[in-house]
Amino acid sequence: MGFPDRIERTVEIAHPPARVWAALTTADGLSAWFGNEARIDLRPGGSAWMKWDSGHTAEMRVERVEEPAVFGFTWHIYGLPEEDPRRTYVEFTLEPAGAGTRLTVVESGFAQLPEDAHGKAYDGNTRGWASELGELADYLDAA
Amino acid sequence: MPPDIEAIAEQVFVALADPSRRAILAALASGGPATATDLAGRLPITRQAIAKHLALLAEAGLVTAEPGERRRVRYRLRSAPMQVAQQFLAALARDWDSHLDALKDHLDRGARGSA
Repeated sequence: MGFPDRIERTVEIAHPPARVWAALTTADGLSAWFGNEARIDLRPGGSAWMKWDSGHTAEMRVERVEEPAVFGFTWHIYGLPEEDPRRTYVEFTLEPAGAGTRLTVVESGFAQLPEDAHGKAYDGNTRGWASELGELADYLDAA
Repeated sequence: MPPDIEAIAEQVFVALADPSRRAILAALASGGPATATDLAGRLPITRQAIAKHLALLAEAGLVTAEPGERRRVRYRLRSAPMQVAQQFLAALARDWDSHLDALKDHLDRGARGSA
């Protein structure tokens, strides 16, 4: 079925890289087009945060800051439990294109395998229990 | 990429495609571990059909069988395969097209405002 690990988009924007950079990397910028509220500590290892009017929030960790060309962060995979350690990596690349900017965004890491995806259901003991289901069904029917 | 992540996600979607299996998984999620007999008492599905579905779900790693009281097998939901399937859905739901449109609109508004 094809498990997408990586999403990539490139768009041409009619504004110079410095303006696009500000929109991507400042609280004012992020809260104007991405979240409804935002905070950011713009340095590798710094934390960033966005909140939406729906109540949803996103915690980000800044990974790459190469003004005005590369901005990267990781964030939690939406929909997984809070304690799940897996995160996707988002990287924006800005290239001058005429008077504007060619902006590429790549988000990767959707196809990570959780540590226990093949956990104890596949060890001998529990597989034994599962395969005895038929016999136990008979036993339970009789009970 | 791990070779079997697709297989795990596929098993989840196959399991969820059947309304009886969805009902069984929903019952285990809401009520906790249960025996086939417990489930037959709570769902409009015969115990024999529940046993077949539980065998398929155990094979897919979506439930584990564990010893319960009075030598009965109890089934417990396993979330790990669901989390693999959620990653698949998260990738489909990540709407960068809308976000990038919003970014362009924001920059255009700013340009007009400062002009």
